[in-house]
Amino acid sequence: MQTLVAYVENKPGVLNRVSSLARRLAINIDSLTVGPTDNPQIARMTIVAHTDEKGGHRLEASLEKLVDVLLAENISERSLLERDLALIKVLADQQSRPHLMELIKVFRARVVDVAPESLIIEVSGTVDKIDGLLEVLRPFGVLEMARSGRISMTRGGDLLRPPAPRETQAPAVVTR
Amino acid sequence: MKLTGAEILCESLTKLGVQHIFGYPGGAILPVYDALGKSKLHHILVRHEQGATHMADGYARATGGVGVAMATSGPGATNMVTGIATAMLDSSPVVCITGQVSSKLLGSDAFQEIDITGITMPITKHNVVVSRAEDIARTVREAFIIANTGRPGPVLVDITKDAQQASCEFDWEASTPKLPQKRVRNDHNQEEFDRAVELLNTAKRPIILAGRGIMLSGAMRAFEQFVRTCDIPVAMTLLGIGCFPASDPMNLGMMGMHGEAWVNHAIQESDLLIAVGMRFDDRVTGDLRTYAKGARKIHIEIDRAEINKNVKVDAALIGDARETLEKLIPHIVNPDRAPWLAHIRELRGDSAVRDIQSLPDNGHLYAAHVINDLWKETRGEAIVVTDVGQHQMWEAQYYHHNQPRTLITSGGLGTMGFALPAAIGAKFAKPDSEVWVVVGDGGFQMTMCELATIVQEKINIKIAIINNGFLGMVRQWQEFFYDKRYVATPLVAPDFAALANAFGIRGERITARADVLPTIRSARESKETVLIDFRVEQEDSVYPMVPAGASLHEMIRRPNNPLVETATEP
Repeated sequence: MQTLVAYVENKPGVLNRVSSLARRLAINIDSLTVGPTDNPQIARMTIVAHTDEKGGHRLEASLEKLVDVLLAENISERSLLERDLALIKVLADQQSRPHLMELIKVFRARVVDVAPESLIIEVSGTVDKIDGLLEVLRPFGVLEMARSGRISMTRGGDLLRPPAPRETQAPAVVTR
Repeated sequence: MKLTGAEILCESLTKLGVQHIFGYPGGAILPVYDALGKSKLHHILVRHEQGATHMADGYARATGGVGVAMATSGPGATNMVTGIATAMLDSSPVVCITGQVSSKLLGSDAFQEIDITGITMPITKHNVVVSRAEDIARTVREAFIIANTGRPGPVLVDITKDAQQASCEFDWEASTPKLPQKRVRNDHNQEEFDRAVELLNTAKRPIILAGRGIMLSGAMRAFEQFVRTCDIPVAMTLLGIGCFPASDPMNLGMMGMHGEAWVNHAIQESDLLIAVGMRFDDRVTGDLRTYAKGARKIHIEIDRAEINKNVKVDAALIGDARETLEKLIPHIVNPDRAPWLAHIRELRGDSAVRDIQSLPDNGHLYAAHVINDLWKETRGEAIVVTDVGQHQMWEAQYYHHNQPRTLITSGGLGTMGFALPAAIGAKFAKPDSEVWVVVGDGGFQMTMCELATIVQEKINIKIAIINNGFLGMVRQWQEFFYDKRYVATPLVAPDFAALANAFGIRGERITARADVLPTIRSARESKETVLIDFRVEQEDSVYPMVPAGASLHEMIRRPNNPLVETATEP
């Protein structure tokens, strides 16, 4: 599994170019999240791909060839903070509810919606943590589940910023 | 100054230095054609949009500048797909402009609407839809920059009809390109550079692999100096042919599937490969597991995505070929290559050289005769545009190119039907050069409609059809690997000379060797296009051959056929 971060132009069709590239390289995407950055014209993607180091390098280098990709970096080998967010709707009657609340506390999850027959639990953390909670909730009856996919950031001073806008532009084409 | 989008497009193309546009009109691009009529741009009406893209490609390959093709929406655009893919695989700077239905109709399956940007996404370097007249000038300028910087490639600009019709203020100065601000990588890695120098200075049996990147970077002089300084022999890829003179004693010739045996043996025995602007294509390496096993590898390449893609390298020098070579040259010390060069000379001596010139005339006409005579007669100075198949390989073997951009051929995609239209494009790019098409009877029949374009434009090119009545290369594979079961390869063709006449072009048919030279001579003397139908030996094969997937040293050698192999050493 390889984790890549990409800064892209926040405009229509860019997601298609990125996913189409992975398809062309026969690389299966495990998760892909995208959202605007502090600069609304630039979006940040976290791509988790089913491939080896060589595939990760190819994906990184090929992504950065796309005109709309400002920067692509394979951060698999770096010290990373990874987060996934899940909403889990689970069956909860009078009997099971107290037991559920215990589990939620242990996993530091939150109840964000309460209905007579069910609860929605919000949990964030590493993939393992969410998988762990899911495992223990299953016997109660999981009705619905939504996951955000992973977002990743390198720790500490290891900064991954989009290039600062420059005033100058690439030189006009020279005919050789 | 207020102009329509269509007028802005023509103005912009003119300001970008465009003189020729290869295209075909239709409903969704009509406003542009109306504006074209009032501009100074020379529009060449093609007979099929595939031809337009190949012409723009041939134009680009002959000069290094950008070639421009134009088509309408829907089928006009989809007909361009093969030509765009051809340009993509060979890194050719082509800008395709397509008409699109009005922006209000987008997504409604309107008449001749097709999502051409969606279709061409994986086969263009970049593509874009323009739906506002205000964006046309800037987008076209950006397209030209993208197409011809870094590793070149095709760019498609799809312009909606309402954007062509709308009027807006045209301000060239204000419509400067606004390409996304990408990270600039510092590609110079001192560690890799030092390792490369160390490898270069310690190698005992090095070989340089020269590719098309040398031409694209304009590195011919630096490359020659590099070769002289290191005293390392050079093997060429098909698309690299011409970037280093074939007549140079350090030039071994083409490597790979149909490279000469000694070239492939030398590569397999080498202890260092220096790859310059080439991408270790499977046609060049054969089986990767056995490819140059004892060799370290240095890869000089502008595209990071090519590094370690097929072959794991020991030193990757990412960047422009000319700059990198110039940086390397001062670090080369005093190599002694005499034993290695002597060994390669020995290898060459061991191989059966088919000296086609001294072959006695035994009543058979071989393709190699034709190409060899063509080379001698044109003194190797013509621009030769080849199609795909046996004749393409024979041309690479028997026509010796000393100048860059004089062999134009579809390498990566291997597009049959490329030669005739690409040659038309090359002729417009280099009107004073002699342009020869060398094409098979199969590929010629794919795009021969462009003969009409030649007549309408009154241009002068020479067409040599290597006619063996088969889809020759496929037949050869059937002979070698499918027990001579010739399924769907025998090919009926029209009388090409008569066909040429029907178009108003002089046509000749040659069956005897003695007639080859005189006919080539008289064709060269003509100021008009001449087509020559060379009826060559039907079941001749290209040797040597590395079967697909086999090791580079496991070649099928030339058979000891008295018909073919009566040649003596020159």
